[in-house]
Amino acid sequence: MRNLEDLEKKINSELNTKINKTEIKHNQIYLETDKEDLTDICLFLKTNNDTKFRQLIDITVVDYPERTQRFDIIYLFLSHEYNQRLVLKYSISENEVIPSLTSIFPSSNWMEREVFDMYGVSFKDHPDLRRILTDYGFEGHPLRKDFPLTGHTEVRYSEDEKRVISEPVKLEQNFRNFDYESPWEGTKYIKQEIDSNDKKN
Amino acid sequence: MTKKIKNLNLNFGPQHPAAHGVLRLILELDGEIVEKADPHIGLLHRGTEKLIENKTYMQAVPYFDRLDYVAPMNQEHAFALAVEKILKIDVPIRAQYIRVVFCEIGRILSHILNVTTQAMDVGALTPTLWGFEEREKLMGFYERVSGSRLHANYFRAGGVHQDLPQGLEEDIAEFCESFPKIINDLESLLTDNRIFKQRNVDIGVVTKQDALDYSFSGVMIRGSGVPWDLRKSQPYDCYENLDFKVPVGKNGDCYDRYLCRIEEMKESVSIIKQCLLKMEKGPVKSLDGKISPPSKKDIKQSMEALIHHFKLFTEGYRVPKDEIYTSVEAPKGEFGVYLISDGSSKPYKCKIRAPGFSHLQSMDYLIKGHMLADVPAVLGSLDIVFGEVDR
Repeated sequence: MRNLEDLEKKINSELNTKINKTEIKHNQIYLETDKEDLTDICLFLKTNNDTKFRQLIDITVVDYPERTQRFDIIYLFLSHEYNQRLVLKYSISENEVIPSLTSIFPSSNWMEREVFDMYGVSFKDHPDLRRILTDYGFEGHPLRKDFPLTGHTEVRYSEDEKRVISEPVKLEQNFRNFDYESPWEGTKYIKQEIDSNDKKN
Repeated sequence: MTKKIKNLNLNFGPQHPAAHGVLRLILELDGEIVEKADPHIGLLHRGTEKLIENKTYMQAVPYFDRLDYVAPMNQEHAFALAVEKILKIDVPIRAQYIRVVFCEIGRILSHILNVTTQAMDVGALTPTLWGFEEREKLMGFYERVSGSRLHANYFRAGGVHQDLPQGLEEDIAEFCESFPKIINDLESLLTDNRIFKQRNVDIGVVTKQDALDYSFSGVMIRGSGVPWDLRKSQPYDCYENLDFKVPVGKNGDCYDRYLCRIEEMKESVSIIKQCLLKMEKGPVKSLDGKISPPSKKDIKQSMEALIHHFKLFTEGYRVPKDEIYTSVEAPKGEFGVYLISDGSSKPYKCKIRAPGFSHLQSMDYLIKGHMLADVPAVLGSLDIVFGEVDR
């Protein structure tokens, strides 16, 4: 499909039960779906002659700790033929296992390993789900919002034991997160105005 | 009597000159033939994405220099474009040209490093010595414009930090005249060199289909004959106004990728020349005082400028709630930033899509059935920089 509006119509008519929401912004198309329909949708997007999203660009997760459906899983696709980009998204709660795309896109192997490493989201039928970026024997999932920026452990070479050891982080000064949101915004009505302006944007 | 033969497991790296950084490869060898390669990455993982979530948008820029540290400004560009698109601000035309000039300088920096070290991996030392002399000049341009040779921190949302210092345009133009000769010299050492060809031709062949399946981009996909360049297909900044060709390989082997890089350097020189011709005087950053910091002179005289300065460097500017994926054609391939803002002055989430990550992933597929000595050649032509693979 040459333009995004046609593509949106096409996707809505072909996959209408599987897609919850479509939106076009920033010259890209954003789809929302459910975990169960993921593989069907990816197969359709990859093989259909009007979509041809044959390249998986990246997989990532966004963490919203305050929601019950804590994680948003995000897939970015690219179609060389039609020069279009697509963002596919669905939400899951913690401890949910999601389907792996390795059989459709071989490149998703490491991307899923990274998601597993950084967020602790597990994939079903993944051939080799190991940690990838963090150290051997690392505990926790660093990109979750409840993981502290300074981490839990630090490593150093121990002269006594003649090897690298890890021990709890000791900081001379804790990481300070200053709140710079204007402390002198004045009377209430100004704040309301700022808030309503923010909503409009 | 039968003898049992066991495959040999070989540990390559993490400290090895041909590993281009801190790569640990576990190779399974049958004699000298590689059966399986398992790259262990993450030795340079610094948690860039986590750090960015805790910094303001302006403070996040320097982290991008430290990703692919041989072409720092290309990374900054992706982030600057993402923020600009969400803020819906325009970039002054002069700033666009400056950014393109420095992106192309970054491309030359990266390609020189890659081509010459790849040559070194297969046994030629001279190209490195010749190439690095030119890199030194280019990093000199970086220093003159931003104050540092590598970690520039020069691009901003809405333009660049400051205008080019006096005389820099002329010096870059002079470089553009002298550099093509150096490329020819490098080519005379490598392109028809028997040893170089023996080590690279038909090594690490990537088919078109596999290039798509493995999420290849940049030279890795163009080497296999797919004419895909984001500067052409999804132009950003002023690339639309510039005339350049996209070199495409034929066989998808290490040698074709080398040729592509050489041709791309020539194209980059031509792009820089065009930019220098088209560049006119004018502002170099957004005129919106809520986003660009005021000049020192204004701070001394204007109360409003002083307030802006104070707010920008404490709270930072706020970015409305939105999500966006933007990508640029970095020297190594498609470098993207998936940015989610929540209306505050810090990004809620900033996923960095590094081209090297998906390229290195295919190491197992590329090296299977090749000899052990081909590992550095394939690794070299993948153009891996661990800053961006590990983030």
